[in-house]
Amino acid sequence: MALRVQFENNNEIGVFAKLTNAYCLVGIGGSENFYSVFEDELSQTIPVVHAALAGCRIIGRMCVGNKNGLLVPNSTLDTELQHLRNALPESVKVERIEERLSALGNVIACNDYVALVHPDLDKETEEIIADTLQVEVFRQTIANNVLVGSYCVLSNLGGLVHPNTSITYLEELSSLLQVPLAAGTVNRGSEVIGAGMVVNDWSAFTGLDTTSTELTVIESVFRLNESAPSNITTSMRASLIESMS
Amino acid sequence: METIEKIKENECTLKILCCECGTAINPNPSNMCIGCLRTHVDITEGITKQVSLYFCKGCERYLQPPAEWIHCALESRELLSLCLKKLKGLQKVKLIDASFVWTEPHSKRIKLKLTVQDEVIGGAILQQVFIVEYMVNHQMCNDCHRTEAKDYWRASVQVRQKSENKKTFYYLEQLILKHKIHENALGIKPIHEGIDFYYATEAHARKMVDFLNSVLPCRYQHSKKLISHDIHSNIYNYKFTYSVEIIPLSKDSVVCLPKKFAQQCGGISQICLVHRVTSALQLIDPASSQITEINSKLFWRNHFGSICDPKQLVEYIVMDIQPIMDKNRNKFPGQGFISNRHILADTWVVRASDLGIEENFIHARTHLGAILKPGDSVLGYNLKDSNINDENFDKMDINYLPDVILVKKYYDRSVQRRKRMWKLKHLNAEDIVLTTNSNDYNEFLDDLEEDPELRQNVNIFRDKTKIIPVDADDGDPTVPTITLEEMLDDLVIDDVEMNE
Repeated sequence: MALRVQFENNNEIGVFAKLTNAYCLVGIGGSENFYSVFEDELSQTIPVVHAALAGCRIIGRMCVGNKNGLLVPNSTLDTELQHLRNALPESVKVERIEERLSALGNVIACNDYVALVHPDLDKETEEIIADTLQVEVFRQTIANNVLVGSYCVLSNLGGLVHPNTSITYLEELSSLLQVPLAAGTVNRGSEVIGAGMVVNDWSAFTGLDTTSTELTVIESVFRLNESAPSNITTSMRASLIESMS
Repeated sequence: METIEKIKENECTLKILCCECGTAINPNPSNMCIGCLRTHVDITEGITKQVSLYFCKGCERYLQPPAEWIHCALESRELLSLCLKKLKGLQKVKLIDASFVWTEPHSKRIKLKLTVQDEVIGGAILQQVFIVEYMVNHQMCNDCHRTEAKDYWRASVQVRQKSENKKTFYYLEQLILKHKIHENALGIKPIHEGIDFYYATEAHARKMVDFLNSVLPCRYQHSKKLISHDIHSNIYNYKFTYSVEIIPLSKDSVVCLPKKFAQQCGGISQICLVHRVTSALQLIDPASSQITEINSKLFWRNHFGSICDPKQLVEYIVMDIQPIMDKNRNKFPGQGFISNRHILADTWVVRASDLGIEENFIHARTHLGAILKPGDSVLGYNLKDSNINDENFDKMDINYLPDVILVKKYYDRSVQRRKRMWKLKHLNAEDIVLTTNSNDYNEFLDDLEEDPELRQNVNIFRDKTKIIPVDADDGDPTVPTITLEEMLDDLVIDDVEMNE
C-alpha cells in the first residue's frame, strides 16, 4: 500500500524520513501530522522513531540503513546517537562513519542484501557498509548521475530508478541487484526519486503531488498491492503444501 | 505546441509513463506528455492578448508611445514593430516568429500570429503559437488637432498682387498643386487681391516663401508679433507673418520702361510687351523681337508699371502682312538677344468694328509674323487713342510711338470652351474667391492651350465627363489645343476635395 504524505507543505518526503524493514526514522517537524501518518501505518510492526542528525531534520538524506544496521554521518551528536541506539531494536547496529561525502542518503542506495554506492566513496566506508549493513557493495552510477541514493530507491522486492536510464543499463543493474527495476518518476514528474519517496517491503510513502499513474508504477514495481492473504496463496503456498503433504 | 527534447536519442532510451495520463513517452525534463504539459503550463500567460492601437484619421498615422506618430501601411514591417512594441510581457519569452493574420481593413482590428519559446518545468523548452488582437482606436494627433482648431497658426504667408486680373493666382494655384506645397498649410484663405496661407511653424512658412520666390518674381517682408514670453526661461512666443508681393504685371500687359533702364537691358525699346511671367519677367519688343529678362530685384529697383492691360485689348483684322527680312532690320552694337522664334513682320490692320468703313489701314510692326496671315483676327492695344497716365510714357517722344501694338492672335473659342476635354485641380480653400467661372479663369485656360511652356508647370487632367470628339469638324482647326498625351488621368475615387 502506497500513501501520499507531505512534510510541512513539502513533497520531498524522502528527505525527512528513512524507512527500512526493521524501523522507521522520521524527522522532527513543526506538527505531528507527518509522524502520525507513518505511525498509523507502521507502528504495529516496526518502531517509528523521531530523530535528528547533527541537529538537522533532513535525516533521510544524511543516513542510510536497512534491517541490519544504520549508518550515520560523523557530524551526528552523541546524544542523538544514543537516542537512536536506545530506540532501535537490538539487532540493528548503529554506526557513525568518517566520510567526506557526509550526505549518506544521497550517495548510498541499499536494500537488505545489496547496496549501490557513489563511485568516489572511501574504501573504508565501503567496508563499513558491507560489515554493518551486511550487503554486497557495488560502485555504480544511475543515468550518469553519481548520486545513486537520490536517483534510485530499492526494496527487497523491486526498485525504481531515474527515468533517463537506458534499457541496457537497467537490465545490467537489475541482474546486479537481483530485483526487478523500473524507470519512473514521483511527485508529478520529479526525477529525484530518492528524495520523493520512501519504501520498504510492504509499504511506500510518496509526496502528495505524486499522480495516480506514478503510484501505479510504484505499487507494481515494489509489489505493494499484493495483500497478505494473497501472499499466503502465492509465495507461501508451495512450502505450505509441501509441509502439509 | 511542441517540446524540443534535449535528450540525445541514444540507442534505446526507456519509455516511461507520462506522470499525468500514463501514456508511454520518452523521458523529457518535465516527464509529461506534450498534451499534459500543455494543460499544465501556458507560456503565453503573461502576454496581453488584446491591445489597443491609436490611429489618427486625419493624417492616417499610428501613435507610437509616448508621443510619436508614424505612418505605416497595413501589414508593413513598421506596423509589425509598432505592434510588437505595444505587447507587454514579451520580454519574458523568446520570440521566434511574428506575422499578420489577414483582417478586413475596415474591421479596425489587426491580428498578429506570434510564435514564442520558453523554458518550462525542469528545462523543457516549449514552443507555442498564439494570436494577439489589436483594436485600432481613433485619436486625433496634435498636428491634426491644430489644423482642426482653425485659427491655431504660428506663421502666415500673405501673398498679394496689385493687378487687374487674377491670372497669376490661377497659375500660382496650379504651381502649388503640382509641387504639393500646400500640404503643410493649416489653412488657405483667399482675400481681396491675394491669398493667405497659415502654417504651424515658421519653417513651413519660410519654405512657402522660398517656393514663391523661385517660381514668381516677388519680394517679401518679414514681421513678427510677440504673443507671450517667459522672462525666466527666455522663451518667446511669436506669430510670424511674411508679406509676399508678386509683381503687378501679367502676361500680355504692355509696360513702359524708364529710358535709362531700357538702355541697360540691351537697348530694348521702352514700350515692351510682357511675354511671360516665370521666376523672372520676360519682356519682348514687338517692333524688333528683342527679348529681355528682368528678375524681381531689378524690377523693384527700377519700378515701372503697365500702361495697357489685357482688358483694353481690341480686335483687329489683318489686311496685309509682310515679313521683314533680317537684312532690313536696324541693328546696333550692344543690342540684346533677339528672338529667332518670332518672325518680325509689317502688318496693315483695321479695327474689326471699322471693317469695311475705314479705308486707311493702320500699320503695325509685330513679332507675330509666323502665325498671322491676311484675314486673321488679332488682338492689340490701340496705343494712339488710349489715355495713358505713366511717368515714363509721358517723357517719350510721341512721334516714335506705334499706333497699335498687336499682342496675340484671336481665336473664336466659344465652341472650344464648351468642348474642352481637360480640367485643372483646385485648392480646397473654403469659400474660394478664385471662382472658376470668371472670364479671367477662362482666359487663363486659353493661355494654357496657347503656350506649351506654361503648360510644363501645370498638371492637366483629362476631363472624363467630356468625350473625345472623333472628328473636329466644328470649330477652327488652327486653334491650338492640348494633346491627349499631355493630360494626366485623374484618380477616379470620388474625392469631394478635388471635385469642382
